[in-house]
Order: sequence, then C-alpha cells, then structure tokens
Amino acid sequence: MITITSLTKRYGRLAAVDDVSFTASPGRVTGFLGPNGAGKSTTLRILAGLATATSGSATVLGHRYADLPNPGLEIGVLLDASAQHGGRTGRETLVLAQRTMGLPAARVDESLELVGLTRAESRRRVRDYSLGMRQRLGIATALLGDPRVLVLDEPANGLDPAGIRWMRDLLRGFADDGGTVLLSSHLLAEVEMIADDIVMIGSGRVVAQGPTTDLLAGARTLVRADDVVALGAALAGAGHHVTPSGDAVLTDAGPGTAGRLAFGAGLAVTELRTADGAGLEDMFLELTAATAREAVGSAPIPTGASA
Amino acid sequence: MTTVAATATLRAVVVPRRTAPVPFRRLVGVELRKMFDTRSSFWLLASIGIVALAAVPMVIAFQPTGDITYAMFVNTIGYPWSLMIPMVGLLSVTGEWSQRGGLTTFAFVPRRGRVIGAKAACAAGVVLAAMALCFALSAAGNVAAAAVAGIDPVWDVSAAEHLFLTLFQAIGMAAAFTLAVVLRSSPAALVGYFVFALVVPTLSSMLAGAQEWYGDVAPWVDLTHGQLSLFAGTMTGEQWAQLGTTAVLWLVVPLVLGMRRLLRVEIR
Ligand SMILES: Nc1ncnc2c1ncn2[C@@H]1O[C@H](COP(=O)(O)OP(=O)(O)OP(=O)(O)O)[C@@H](O)[C@H]1O
Ligand SMILES: [Mg+2]
Repeated sequence: MITITSLTKRYGRLAAVDDVSFTASPGRVTGFLGPNGAGKSTTLRILAGLATATSGSATVLGHRYADLPNPGLEIGVLLDASAQHGGRTGRETLVLAQRTMGLPAARVDESLELVGLTRAESRRRVRDYSLGMRQRLGIATALLGDPRVLVLDEPANGLDPAGIRWMRDLLRGFADDGGTVLLSSHLLAEVEMIADDIVMIGSGRVVAQGPTTDLLAGARTLVRADDVVALGAALAGAGHHVTPSGDAVLTDAGPGTAGRLAFGAGLAVTELRTADGAGLEDMFLELTAATAREAVGSAPIPTGASA
Repeated sequence: MTTVAATATLRAVVVPRRTAPVPFRRLVGVELRKMFDTRSSFWLLASIGIVALAAVPMVIAFQPTGDITYAMFVNTIGYPWSLMIPMVGLLSVTGEWSQRGGLTTFAFVPRRGRVIGAKAACAAGVVLAAMALCFALSAAGNVAAAAVAGIDPVWDVSAAEHLFLTLFQAIGMAAAFTLAVVLRSSPAALVGYFVFALVVPTLSSMLAGAQEWYGDVAPWVDLTHGQLSLFAGTMTGEQWAQLGTTAVLWLVVPLVLGMRRLLRVEIR
C-alpha cells in the first residue's frame, strides 16, 4: 500500500511535482505514466526517502519510508539500475544488501536465480554488465528482502523480449499474491497489458487516474479500408468522432457499428479491431499535451474511481 | 477463506511487519566490507602493502648498518601511509555519490547519519589496525636488521610517541573524512586531501618565514602545524591547546556543517 498525498516538490521556481495524490493498492499493479520530465522519478525518489518533499507526504504501508526500521524487508525499490558501484561484482552487491537486511546468505543465490543471472555472470564486475543485466541485478536487489511492496522506475528499460515477458509475469504474480506494485514506464502497450490502475502525470500534475479498464472504456476502434476518405465520411456522417491514423481511421464507434456503417457505404473493410495500445497512447498524448499548453487552469480531467 | 484469515492476510499486506531496526554493529560490518570489496580498494590496499614491504628493505639497504633504529622503520612506513590510509575512509564516503551506490545504501538505511557513523567507526578501526601493523612491521624489520649487523636492536620510540604517531594518522584520516563529507565527490575530496597533506604545510611554513605576524598565529590556525608537532614527538600544554583549537576549526565545524547538508541532500 502506497499513499501519496498532495505531494509537491519545487526546484527553485520549477514545480517538478505539483500537488500529486494517488494510492497504489495491494493486489494491484499501478502504472505511473507521464512524458519525460513529468516528475515520475522525483515522486518515486521522495517516496523512497532519497529526496525531501516541499510539502505533502508519501507513505508506505502507512509509514514514512524513513520511519521503517528495516525498509528492505517491506519495500523493494529500483530507481536506477545504473546506480551501482561499478567496481563490485554483481554477487557482492547482493551480499551487501543481504547482510544489511540480516537475511540468510542463501537468499543471494535464490534471487540471482530468480532474475536469471548465472553464477559466472554474478562474479563479473557490475561495470562490465549490459543495461539489461544491471536491470536484472537491480530487481534482484529489490526482491531480496521478500518485500510486500515494489517500486520500480522504468524496470523494462534494457530488457530483452523474454525479459519483458518475464518481468510482466513476475509483477503479475507479485500482485496476485497480495503485493503492491508501482511502476513507471514509457512502454504503453506493456503498461496497458499489466497495470490494473493507471496514474498519469504531465508537468508534475495528475492528469488522469483510475482503473485501466475505466480509463480505456472509450477505447476506439481501428478501421481500415481501401478508400479511407469515404470511410471517414461515412463514420462522421453517422455522428461518430473520426481520427485519421495512417491509411486507417480511429473512431469512437464500436467495431460492430463501424463495420455496418462501412458496409452501408459499400466500402470493403480490410481491417477492423479495437485499437488496443493505441487507446492508451492516444489518451497519453492528448492528456499530456493539454497540460503542456495550459500550465494553469482546470482542463476537464477524466478521473476514474479512486482505488 | 474465513473472514478472520482474510483479515489477517490483508493486514499482513497493508501494515509493516514487526521488524527490528538494522543494528549499528551490522552496519559497521557492511561498511567495513564495502571498504575492501571493490577493484579500486583492492589496488589501494595492495599499494599500501607494497609500500610497507618495500620500506623495510629500503631502510636496511640505505642506512649505514650500525645506525639503524626502530624509529627509521616507523617513519619510513608511516609517512607514505599518512597519505594512503586516509584515502580508504575518504573513498568510502565519496563512493556513495561518485559511484552512485548511495541510491541503494540509503534506500536500505534511510537514516543516513547511521551509515556515515558506521563509516567513521570503520575509518577509526582502519587507522588503529594500520598503526598496529606499522609498529609490528617496524619491530620485525628492526630485529632483522640488528641481527644482520650483529648489534643490539635500538628501540627509540617511547610509549607516548607511539600514541602521538597514531594520533597523527588519525588526524589525517579525520581531515580526509571531513573533506569527503563536505565535498561528496571522490576527485574533489582527493585533491582536497593532497592539498591539505602536501601543500598546506609547505605554504604555511613559507608564509610563517616571510610574515612574522603569521608565524605567531600559524600554530593556532594551521592544523598541519599541530599534526607535525605530534610527529616530532614532544607536546607541550600550549601545543595541545593549539592542536585542539585547529581541530575544532578545521575538523569539527566543517564536519557538523557538512553532515547537516549530507543528511538533507537529494540522492540521485
Ligand atoms: N535535482 C534537481 N534539480 C533541478 N531540477 C530537477 C532536479 N531533479 C529533477 N529536476 C526536474 O524535475 C522535473 C521532473 O524530473 P523527473 O526526473 O522526475 O522526470 P521523469 O518523469 O522521471 O522523466 P523521465 O521519463 O525522463 O524519466 C524535470 O523537469 C527535471 O529537470
Ligand atoms: Mg525518470
């Protein structure tokens, strides 16, 4: 359980995080999205007690992070996989964490195995690791204390396709066991697949939050036809919203309605499906562009039921 | 699942487990290990050892056989060590920032003061261990040299002087540690330490020679002045007062200010 309440962080005149509130609940994966510089990492750094908030609060399991007696046993944090001493071996990095938390030495091998680092790899210096290997080592460190809460900043960064699949299964399993997962990511399709809840921020402010299914309820349909202009006209004529997308159109009509309208207009549909992925991507671009244009003011913000 | 069990599971998930705080002794153990488990620390340790092992035959080779004393060994090992040993403590602090390990260290132990305290305890331990080793190696070298020359070994360092030499090294370590806490950057702190150990004493004595007024105040403002009088082996009451004053000025005050900043600074 993570609770962020009216969190604000200023760097001089810049409000990197501006009155952000949300909750990441047990048993659920919460995706934390936003463009570059939106304030995701800053929020997570404050949550992990590595930076102080200008105002507001961030708590883990009802406590300030700094008040947890042995935080590694409650919450696993991976903020930057590159932030490891390059001169230590991967294994030594884990041994230090294991000793700090007072865990049995066997945990080191268990978690190396869990993240798929071989014994030989674990004896190499972290300096010589690839980005994906560092990411795996970082995840091993975060999971070492068998925590109930996970906070990961762009964990899929640098992972190979098998690694991304593995990560998705891992996080899913973690949440299904009652754990809380908060992860930031730029891989929207990935987030859409795994996140139960989404918190989206732009320029430090929350622009949308709620269960993924609610947020994407208005997910559009993608329709492709040989004559895309006529297709657009037919859909628009029936009062539907139409956005061109390459040689296809996106519409808010359901696939059934869209297909019938195309049929009625005598158009051969070459592709017809719900625009998954694109739905989140469009929403992301739309919502975050709005915050960039209107720094102040109250644009209509879709807010789902808070979790 | 019964309601009671369900509630228990939920509680397990939303409130912290009853964990004991990380004990300070464990932190000291971890920090000590961190001082010696990287590649750079391996080379630092290796060169410290090489210097010491080279010093013993050098004294035997370059001194006239009859003149060799215990103090020669102690000084030949102790002086280069006074430049090298403090780097162990210095890098242990700055490495958290320069190598960015602090992101993990301070996530596991958010009370940063305890981490720095553990590092300070290790640094003190390193000085004591190094001096014990220095005296042991010197004694062995002295006995060996005397045996070769067929004379009785000359023991010319008093018990008090042993303490002075240890304090001399401890001040070097404290200065390096303070610079590390204040600057939090390996290159900056290393340069700072070499300026302190090599440039300041020379500049200070030059200035004292050229400007009479500075010659009078130097012992009260120059920490290396007091440090060197320890090395000389005699300490008057006034010299202790001078050493205390400069230590407060250059060690205690910067350390307190540096720590206040360190406890707040954003780890990134
Ligand atoms: N120490 C700092 N001093 C000044 N500005 C900072 C500092 N740290 C972050 N910022 C600013 O705060 C804003 C938010 O940065 P943050 O790293 O949280 O973004 P992010 O959402 O994680 O972006 P990305 O997706 O690129 O990782 C940025 O404008 C950044 O320049
Ligand atoms: Mg970031």
